[in-house]
Amino acid sequence: MKQDLVIVGAGPAGMGAAIEARRAGLSVLVLDEQSAPGGQIYRQVERVTLTETARADRLGPDYAHGAALVREFRDSGAEYLPGAMVWQIEAGKVWYLSGDRAASADAGQILMATGAIERPMTRKGWTLPGVMSAGGVQILLKSSGMIPGADTVLAGSGPLLYLIAGQILAAGGRLQAIVETVPSSRYLAAARHLPAALGTGYLSKGLAMLMGLRRKGVQIYRGVSDLEVTGRDRAEALHFRHKGQAVTLTTSLVVLHEGVIPNQQITRLTECAHDWNPAQDCFEPRTDDWGNASVPGLMIAGDGAGIGGAWAAEAGGRLAGLEAARAAGRIDTTTRDAQAAPLRARLNALIRGRGFLEVLYAPSAPVPKDDATIVCRCEEITAGQIREAVAIGGLGPNQVKSYLRCGMGPCQGRMCGPVVTAIIAEERGVSPDAIGYFRIRPPLKPIPLAAIANAEPGDG
Amino acid sequence: MSFTRTPTAARSVQFSFDGMPVQAREGDSVAAALLAAGIDRFRTTPKQGKPRLPYCMMGICFDCLLEIDGEANRQGCMVEVRDGMQVRRQDQSREVRL
Amino acid sequence: MGSPDVVVIGGGLHGCATALHCARAGLQVELLEREAVGRHASGVNAGGVRQLGRHYSEVPLSVLAMQMWRSIGDLVDDDCGFQPSGQIKVAGTEAHMEANRARVARLQTMGFAHEEVIGADELRALLPALSDGHPGALISRQDGFANPYRTTTAFRRKAQSLGVRIHEGRAATALTRDGAREGGGFRIDTAQGPLRAARVVNCAGAWAGTICAAMGEPVPIRAAAPMMTITAPMAPFVSPVVGFSGAPLSFKQFANGTVMIGGGYSGEADLDTGLTRLRHDRLAVNLRTAMDLFPVMAGARIVRHWAGVEGEMPDAIPVIGPSSTTEGLFHAFGFSAHGFQLGPVVGLLIADLIQQGRSRLNLADFAISRFRTQDET
Ligand SMILES: Cc1cc2nc3c(=O)[nH]c(=O)nc-3n(C[C@H](O)[C@H](O)[C@H](O)COP(=O)(O)OP(=O)(O)OC[C@H]3O[C@@H](n4cnc5c(N)ncnc54)[C@H](O)[C@@H]3O)c2cc1C
Ligand code: FES
Repeated sequence: MKQDLVIVGAGPAGMGAAIEARRAGLSVLVLDEQSAPGGQIYRQVERVTLTETARADRLGPDYAHGAALVREFRDSGAEYLPGAMVWQIEAGKVWYLSGDRAASADAGQILMATGAIERPMTRKGWTLPGVMSAGGVQILLKSSGMIPGADTVLAGSGPLLYLIAGQILAAGGRLQAIVETVPSSRYLAAARHLPAALGTGYLSKGLAMLMGLRRKGVQIYRGVSDLEVTGRDRAEALHFRHKGQAVTLTTSLVVLHEGVIPNQQITRLTECAHDWNPAQDCFEPRTDDWGNASVPGLMIAGDGAGIGGAWAAEAGGRLAGLEAARAAGRIDTTTRDAQAAPLRARLNALIRGRGFLEVLYAPSAPVPKDDATIVCRCEEITAGQIREAVAIGGLGPNQVKSYLRCGMGPCQGRMCGPVVTAIIAEERGVSPDAIGYFRIRPPLKPIPLAAIANAEPGDG
Repeated sequence: MSFTRTPTAARSVQFSFDGMPVQAREGDSVAAALLAAGIDRFRTTPKQGKPRLPYCMMGICFDCLLEIDGEANRQGCMVEVRDGMQVRRQDQSREVRL
Repeated sequence: MGSPDVVVIGGGLHGCATALHCARAGLQVELLEREAVGRHASGVNAGGVRQLGRHYSEVPLSVLAMQMWRSIGDLVDDDCGFQPSGQIKVAGTEAHMEANRARVARLQTMGFAHEEVIGADELRALLPALSDGHPGALISRQDGFANPYRTTTAFRRKAQSLGVRIHEGRAATALTRDGAREGGGFRIDTAQGPLRAARVVNCAGAWAGTICAAMGEPVPIRAAAPMMTITAPMAPFVSPVVGFSGAPLSFKQFANGTVMIGGGYSGEADLDTGLTRLRHDRLAVNLRTAMDLFPVMAGARIVRHWAGVEGEMPDAIPVIGPSSTTEGLFHAFGFSAHGFQLGPVVGLLIADLIQQGRSRLNLADFAISRFRTQDET
């Protein structure tokens, strides 16, 4: 059966879009790889709120909003398929894996709402066991109630780093230190954006967190550089420079974070146009105000379209849902615009506050200095090898990939793609925009060979 | 690296890792359950034979690859544990030819 | 800087190799590549270095190329990742075995002994993971595979080191006989200004037909998009490259454990954008063949499919040799999804033609004139 709208991703953006599109009478199918709705931010929110109110409290009021949103989504009448991993999108058709069977759904319109990934924080030693991303540690906490040990060190930059620190402490855990890579000059530059940020809540939240950390005895190092993790078969120590001094912290868990960027895999796979966003130091797919992508019939909403956080993602998703209804002829432009007005007002307020964060938390060193640093975790390709490939005439990411097989492993370039572009841009002295990105080919994620061998279109 | 767990009402689940019994909580991903159990290596890299553990826990990095119920190269962080599941390390670089 | 002796159009393996061999012969060469060297078929192909099962017309070229592959480092200062793993074409039926024996006999009358028939026992010993019921195979023990992009890069770099000027991101937009030039020659237009040269070599791959048509010798070339599949690493189970008589297949496992599957099933190619679309229905057939031959593949995970743009001729052998209408123009294109192995040799033959007016191997079967329709002649 053909659906008016197929949505990939059941996070805030996907759920928001489904709710609005359903309200306007569209048939909607939502596919998500996870086993429950909520996306990254409201992961397992139903289970958590049902079984453990205490844990939900600890994760904050945002989580409660997530629970309400999931309820609204469940009641919307959208068909929702958990555990469905989308691996290919063609004109009007979405292929997915359900269990170990390949199936496809025909779609009038397709909305990609696959969210963000953490910016890979490529530092020497980051492949050692005992080095994790902050998002990963947060998932352990949220989904499994796992609290890391007291020797844990958080390193990097970005609001999420403090948020997670706060959540660990609130859960009764302890932390050794936070090691912030934000250069001190950034605080001055960011101050320019302060007036806009005041009143959005970002700042007061941030300050409260910081005070809490100090009180709990967490060491805070600011303006550090030259991070490196060492250890034989696991992380044993974190080294860095702080105020001109070399510092070493003994630790068995280093948690890295350097902000989030749109997950480009799906929008590259579908050959959508992308632009470089210098402020956020990442590529973003090109969309209009309603989430329409450069490819007709395709829409993008949420963090996958540009980083804005959960509230902005939900608003953007709702706007896309309204636009999908308009495009399908279910509502007229006037109705769409009227319903969009409060969403837009909200979105604008959210965007205003972000200038401060963007400047403050722009990545400090996206390109690893040390040639021995592994960039491609799958194929174990170092920054030095990539520089060499550029030196002998590898002009772009796809040439470097073909030459080194970097980006060809199971992660399909997710972990090395942004850094490969950054290294080539730096070596050639041109903007990342001119360098471009890996060409992404199906399947979107590795899938069983037998599933494709036995696939028949329309199995869904 | 070690984790303590918050108290829970969740049911406990039994599975095996390289033949050893492991306790988990219902709702855990395989990767979370193994980290909670203190497992120090999920796989070794095919090229350099280096040990790896999960990095991202959200399906991006593929460092959590495991053999789950006989199927290799599954993402441990994306699969929920179930009673009786058989999970194995992936030490591909050391496996012998047929 | 004066005009070059030769302009090569197309920066694939054959363009780079032609430039390299011409430079070795002492000629001044410039090469035009519309996108980037190795961007198309030459950089993304299956890397099969195969004499096994070639069209009889191609065998002499393929055998000479194989000699060059064995010491490829001497030619381009890089081993190109070449692994002489052997290639085996598994027979599905007794009829295939019969055809194999006839083929080996015919090759022997031509003076070639690189292909052999093997029986079920040796096949089992060489491919322990193969499914049951195969009566034997055709084998070429010296064959193998190489890294295609690395190979093309090595040819490019060696050519550059011998003085070849390579222009990437510069397309030849028109080719005309240059009246203004003493002794004839060509003007090659590009958006960045024209080039002039006495000789032009058309190595434009799937795009080569435009140049032929412009010079009054249209060819029935088709843009194919052979599709490939690569898996996540698996425990090692096969070392030779494997083909099959029963269905198109090319199958190999790399040192890192990944398995590559091809077979020439074509997706769709768009010559204007250089992009390809996959055909999942055809991929499914290809993957089923792989699973039938190697049951362990039922547990494989696919990491990536891709396709490359390749020029295909109706008789599945390339056009190599002088133009039939235009003195000073030479062609080397239409390799029909098996031109990688011929990489080292074709440019050598073109350089022969340019230098001496004749080549060390007979190219009559590859003449462009074979496509002339009756009424034109
Ligand atoms: C998926 C696939 C698998 C294959 N597997 C094998 C294998 O295992 N073994 C084997 O022997 N062969 C194989 N082949 C075939 C082999 O790759 C090709 O036969 C060979 O590489 C052709 O080289 P080329 O230089 O003619 O073409 P290409 O590599 O396509 O080069 C042509 C170049 O010309 C450029 N160009 C076109 N028009 C212009 C213009 N007007 N101006 C400037 N530049 C222009 C293009 O951008 C392109 O870079 C395979 C091919 C494919 C696609
Ligand atoms: S831990 Fe990163 S993909 Fe599972």
